[in-house]
Amino acid sequence: MSTRHTIAVLVNDQPGVLQRVSGLFGRRGFNIESITVGQSEEPGLSRMVIVTIGDEHTLEQIEKQLYKLIDVIKVINLSSNPMVARELALIKVNAEPSERPEIMGVVETFRASVVDIGSHNLMVQVVGDTTKIDAMIELLKPYGIRELSRTGVTAMIRGNV
Amino acid sequence: MSAQIPEVRSTEQLREKWMKSEVITGSEILLRSLLLEGVECVFGYPGGAVLYIYDAMYGYEDFKHVLTRHEQGAIHAADGYARASGKVGVCIATSGPGATNLVTGIATAYMDSVPLVVITGNVATSLIGTDAFQEADITGITMPITKHSYLVRDVKDLPRIIHEAFHIASTGRKGPVLIDIPKDVSAALTLFEPSSNAVNLRGYNPRMVPNKLQLDKLVQAIAEAERPLILAGGGVIYSGGHEALYEFVKRTEIPITTTLLGLGAFPSGHELWTGMPGMHGTYTSNMAIQKSDLLINIGARFDDRVTGNLNGFAPNAKIVHIDIDPAEIGKNVPTDIPIVGDVKTVLEMLNSEVKRADKADEWRAWIRESKAEKPFSYQDSDTVLKPQWVIEMLNETTKGEAIVTTDVGQHQMWAAQYYKFSQPRSMITSGGLGTMGFGLPSAIGAQMAQPDRLVISINGDGGMQMCSQELAICAINNIPVKIVIINNQVLGMVRQWQELIYDNRYSHIDLEGSPDFVKLAEAYGVKGLRATNKEEARQAWAEALETPGPVVVEFVVSKGENVYPMVTQGSTIDQMLMGDA
Repeated sequence: MSTRHTIAVLVNDQPGVLQRVSGLFGRRGFNIESITVGQSEEPGLSRMVIVTIGDEHTLEQIEKQLYKLIDVIKVINLSSNPMVARELALIKVNAEPSERPEIMGVVETFRASVVDIGSHNLMVQVVGDTTKIDAMIELLKPYGIRELSRTGVTAMIRGNV
Repeated sequence: MSAQIPEVRSTEQLREKWMKSEVITGSEILLRSLLLEGVECVFGYPGGAVLYIYDAMYGYEDFKHVLTRHEQGAIHAADGYARASGKVGVCIATSGPGATNLVTGIATAYMDSVPLVVITGNVATSLIGTDAFQEADITGITMPITKHSYLVRDVKDLPRIIHEAFHIASTGRKGPVLIDIPKDVSAALTLFEPSSNAVNLRGYNPRMVPNKLQLDKLVQAIAEAERPLILAGGGVIYSGGHEALYEFVKRTEIPITTTLLGLGAFPSGHELWTGMPGMHGTYTSNMAIQKSDLLINIGARFDDRVTGNLNGFAPNAKIVHIDIDPAEIGKNVPTDIPIVGDVKTVLEMLNSEVKRADKADEWRAWIRESKAEKPFSYQDSDTVLKPQWVIEMLNETTKGEAIVTTDVGQHQMWAAQYYKFSQPRSMITSGGLGTMGFGLPSAIGAQMAQPDRLVISINGDGGMQMCSQELAICAINNIPVKIVIINNQVLGMVRQWQELIYDNRYSHIDLEGSPDFVKLAEAYGVKGLRATNKEEARQAWAEALETPGPVVVEFVVSKGENVYPMVTQGSTIDQMLMGDA
């Protein structure tokens, strides 16, 4: 049964390493829903967080194939543990002055924030898990979304792990 | 018989000279580092981006280089060298087209887990990314077909990178590693300090020693099995585990089938050997897999040419998979007892514990009967030469002791079926990628690695024309390879599929109008012989064996011959077309 998995990949911070990882997913037919990369706690290493959809067999292959890359140090299946997963979205939404109070209502309910105001639009920043951001987008759609940019999920296991 | 193999002896004195810490160019660092890795010869082709490297070779007596006539020839030769010797094969090409001409060879080595270090030049670092003359992103292009790759940006990294490349190529599941060296890096001067032997790669630590619990499970399973079967592959040979495998079979008396790349891992004359399995495997091997209750895969990867339709593959068997690459286990076939480790290490550990499979006597009797009843067979003829007969003749006259390299197609399958390999590293063939053009250059490399052995290169008339330019190398270096061409004037394997699966619609397979192979050989200064019947065949082959240098022998064979048995795609392996013989 296909489900969504979130995996963290600790890699050497080398030129081409993103290409090695994303290329592996592409050529083996593994799906990438989102991928984020940034520095890790250790100098010289980056942490990637990849959200993928597949069954258990596919997930096992993904982990094993990732480990075959020389630049991959560690692969952690985050979603097999209690985890915190967050992404950030910037949404530029049409907002004539008359509509603004209504939109502000939505923003406040979601604990999002308005980070820029134009003469005919607002830029909203929302942080949360994927479902929260999806819901926010749905609610803002009726006003007309002019531009949408999402970071993709970054995540971490809860507790002392 | 001995090839004109350039000799480099890695004496202590020479090593001291190579290790001397002094300011030299990146090119000289490359040469010295290769020598320190124990490289005996390198196959290559110069060009603009490797001019500094080739300049460093000029008059440099310690370094031996074989100039091929095409980069593809160079890399297949390095591949043949690696497969015949077990050492790392090395080739060099220039940037752009030189590098892209290596791609087929890199993929060939990758699919068959052959250790290569592939060195390419690139344009200067300041020009990378500008679409400069002869620029190609070869590390990007080859990422999916290399075990690892490096683009060297700083000459100071070169000794470490070369040492790491050899380590990665030759350990764990072996494979090709590419080092791309920009022109300014090969020219740059720096203080050469040889890499220490330690390799510091956090993300790379192949597991050699298996989990003991899994071994115990296997020992138990063997004791209980009534129809156990070993499926041995190239991993046995690559790990140097053939003797341990022999011992394992001796102790357990379990019947054994060997894959195309596993041919030679176990002596073919042994009564428990059932031959090759799969698409063109023996009746007994395929039926044994389907009947078995315990299938022990040792260093094979359940390739689709072995398994046929996976739904229905070995339906009754408990599956054991021994492999150094954890990703192979469970990839194609769900596995009951996974054993990750080096095949030789695993088998040696098992050998101290396993006992004879006592419940399998009926099974062994069935294997013996089936082998006797259903050997490979063909309808011989007195009027036309049959390709299978030719291979049998080659086998008989050389007692199965030659190193055989093949190209790809029908002749490859006949060589696998009718040549009776008795030693590891004797069958050199492109199994995974199925690369035409591999047969001749790989034979050159194999002969360089094993100058005292007889090397026979078996080709079809199609593949022969894909790298025939390397005949020049045989002549110039007096490399005594015996080059067999099984000429049926057609792309035989494609013809076979078109006959059997595409209703005799023979589309673009006719090779009539190919060159006169005898004259082609002679044009290169290689002796050429032709045979069209058995009498001529025996004579020509005897003459070839007596001739000290390279010889091309063309066997003109019947056109419509098919390789049987054949499991068509989508069928399970017990559904074999047996032909009419």
